[in-house]
Amino acid sequence: MSNQIKASHEPLIHVTKRDAMVWWKSWLIRIIAVIAAMMVGTAFTWILTGVSPIEIVKTMFEGSFGTERKIWIFLKDSAMLLGISLAVTPAFKMRFWNTGAEGQVLIGALASVTCMFYLGDKLSNVVTLLIMLAASIVAGAIWAGVAGFFKAKWNTNETLFTLMMNYVAMQLVAFCIMKWVPSGSMVLSPLNSTTQTGWLPSVFGQKYLLNIAIVLVITVIMFVYLKFSKHGYEISVVGESENTARYIGINVKKVILRTVIISGALCGIMGWLYVAGLDHSIETGTVGGNGFTAIMVSWLAKFHPLFMVVASLLICFLQIGSGALASNPSLKLNSSLGDIITGIIILFIIGSEFFIRYKVNFRKKHKEEANKNA
Amino acid sequence: MSKKIYALLLAAVMVLSVFAFAGCNETTENSSEAGGEETNDFKVGFIFLHDENSTYDKNFMDAAREAQTALGLTDEQVIFKVNIPESSACYDAACELVDEGCDLIFADSFGHEAFIFQAAQEFPEVQFCHATGTSAHVKKLANFHNAFASIYEGRYVAGIAAGMKLNEMIAAGKITAEQAVIGYVGAFDYAEVVSGMTSFFLGARSVCESATMKVKYTNSWFDIALEREAALALIDSGCVLISQHADSEGAPKACEERKIPNVAYNISTISMGPTTAIISSKIDWTPYFKLIIEKTKSGKGNEIPFDWCGGFNEGSVKVTELNTAVAAEGTQAALDKAIADFKAGTLKVFDTSKFTVNGETLTEYLADVDGDFTGETNVIHDGFFDESAKDQRSAPYFDIKYIDGISAL
Repeated sequence: MSNQIKASHEPLIHVTKRDAMVWWKSWLIRIIAVIAAMMVGTAFTWILTGVSPIEIVKTMFEGSFGTERKIWIFLKDSAMLLGISLAVTPAFKMRFWNTGAEGQVLIGALASVTCMFYLGDKLSNVVTLLIMLAASIVAGAIWAGVAGFFKAKWNTNETLFTLMMNYVAMQLVAFCIMKWVPSGSMVLSPLNSTTQTGWLPSVFGQKYLLNIAIVLVITVIMFVYLKFSKHGYEISVVGESENTARYIGINVKKVILRTVIISGALCGIMGWLYVAGLDHSIETGTVGGNGFTAIMVSWLAKFHPLFMVVASLLICFLQIGSGALASNPSLKLNSSLGDIITGIIILFIIGSEFFIRYKVNFRKKHKEEANKNA
Repeated sequence: MSKKIYALLLAAVMVLSVFAFAGCNETTENSSEAGGEETNDFKVGFIFLHDENSTYDKNFMDAAREAQTALGLTDEQVIFKVNIPESSACYDAACELVDEGCDLIFADSFGHEAFIFQAAQEFPEVQFCHATGTSAHVKKLANFHNAFASIYEGRYVAGIAAGMKLNEMIAAGKITAEQAVIGYVGAFDYAEVVSGMTSFFLGARSVCESATMKVKYTNSWFDIALEREAALALIDSGCVLISQHADSEGAPKACEERKIPNVAYNISTISMGPTTAIISSKIDWTPYFKLIIEKTKSGKGNEIPFDWCGGFNEGSVKVTELNTAVAAEGTQAALDKAIADFKAGTLKVFDTSKFTVNGETLTEYLADVDGDFTGETNVIHDGFFDESAKDQRSAPYFDIKYIDGISAL
């Protein structure tokens, strides 16, 4: 008898899959998640350090929006992250786990720097920039294409393959710097700093405007490409099921290779932007981990180019905010604390996706009573 | 459908906001240039490559705090920016410090130089100072300055402590005179490192004639595992004493493990190796920070030298506390004498009568002082190689690989 009761015993909590949620509801859940995460994160800091939550939120906001320059830097940083996120997305949508964006951007940057180093100011600025761009695109495409070729031909594991290519790219950069800087300091000073050949110009007096504008154009193109083009459709079919794709006559190998090359070429463009638009030089850390952060941005936005705008703004806000916390002399905080808050917020956002997809049901009271009576 | 419209709207707002900011920029830019003359609201900003977990950066931070206390500045007047990479992010950080009202900005890493210079050109009313750099004395921009210390003298003094330890080991019969091999863990094959290792070796050999040295590079300024491995490799190849020019605890800890005496750099490592750490040489940046803050505060920022090099006399070069439990008898007295000689200017580290290159005494050496990768300045005169000379530049340019007695492992 008692066994039977246990069998029909409903658990305290059970989870069911939701039907598609109205868009505003799902966004409400996400916003609530961010606010809740800020509260938990700042309360945590408050308990540990005694710095009030208001002070922390204020400092983080000032870090990104405090001055006009800060807003520009914030938008520039977000744009760079967004660009790389867009670059990895077509491959991701196809379930090709490209973890090599860091190396693909870096090798693109190296191609640009190589052009600047050897061309110097022999050609006009525009021609130099175009040659650099072409070189970067080819370099990024090759770097990703090698992994894509092996995947299409022999079904090698692209995650490990692309990951390892990152380290090859870094070593190549180190090798080139060693060759170009005979003093052994391992620091390559910005190239052509007097003539500014191969430098993207300031627009409306703004150094970073062109970088931001180019990434926004890429965003729109990527949105249209994935959403409305035949290629975009093929990518999603291959991502859903390779067999289905084969059945409806899609050349899977061709799609994999093509998409990975596009992904790498875009990374190459971002590498070009790092060199022509920002650093005019290179070091092994030029990409600064953005190649990996981009994976998170792409996932958070569910591979949707326009949501990636929001996601990269958010991640950059958190990164800059955590730096601002560490740099505020009156707070006496370490940069690790900002990273903890960032971690909590991202955890909450990922967690909120669970509540958007699933419904949590609590055991109903009357049933409990019914069980008791039985 | 509504989802799509929402997203498109968002994108449109982004684009518009970009241009809106671009439009309003020109009017606001000039307003920030006016301030900075008054001394009451004086502010100094520091740009650090890492945070306090790096011994290199911590050495600068400690000095900045000391200068702050000595000159009575409040916490609000001293701004730290940590974890600033050697890229355009360094330029951004410098500009932000200007926006926050800094009259003086200091950056601590070699790779920051070009970006600090870029900011210095843009903000002529703010003083920019940079450690370890090489270009200020060539560029001659009134508000851009380099600094270093004659740390090679400190290395030489630390080398004396090492040499005396070797002598003690020989006298005790632990090693023969020929086995007095020093191991040196270097970061990069770079003048700063080569100058440091050579002066350390010359210090050791000034007391222990049979000493030789093997060098191994890690190709990184900070890598605990690599520095540890390099130290162990040197020990395994027969080195009986280790020193290093790299910023982690990798080598000192490996030495403590193998019970091999160690001479360190920038921080005292006695707590890491109580039975093996002898002494460290270090640069104390407090005197320079005091100088640049005082000059800038009194409105004489342009009087800061283009290129400043502090030594024992200025208090810029120091040795840390001697670990008497490990050091040989009489070490302290020998160190004191050498320091006194350096202060008096009677002792020269790179005395050409004390070392040879390929068996020959140097009479001329063209060093690359202006930083174009080709030697152009003869720096040997009056019987010594004039490192970090006043009329040249502070960052080391002794890059002879190697003087006789030193070899790569």
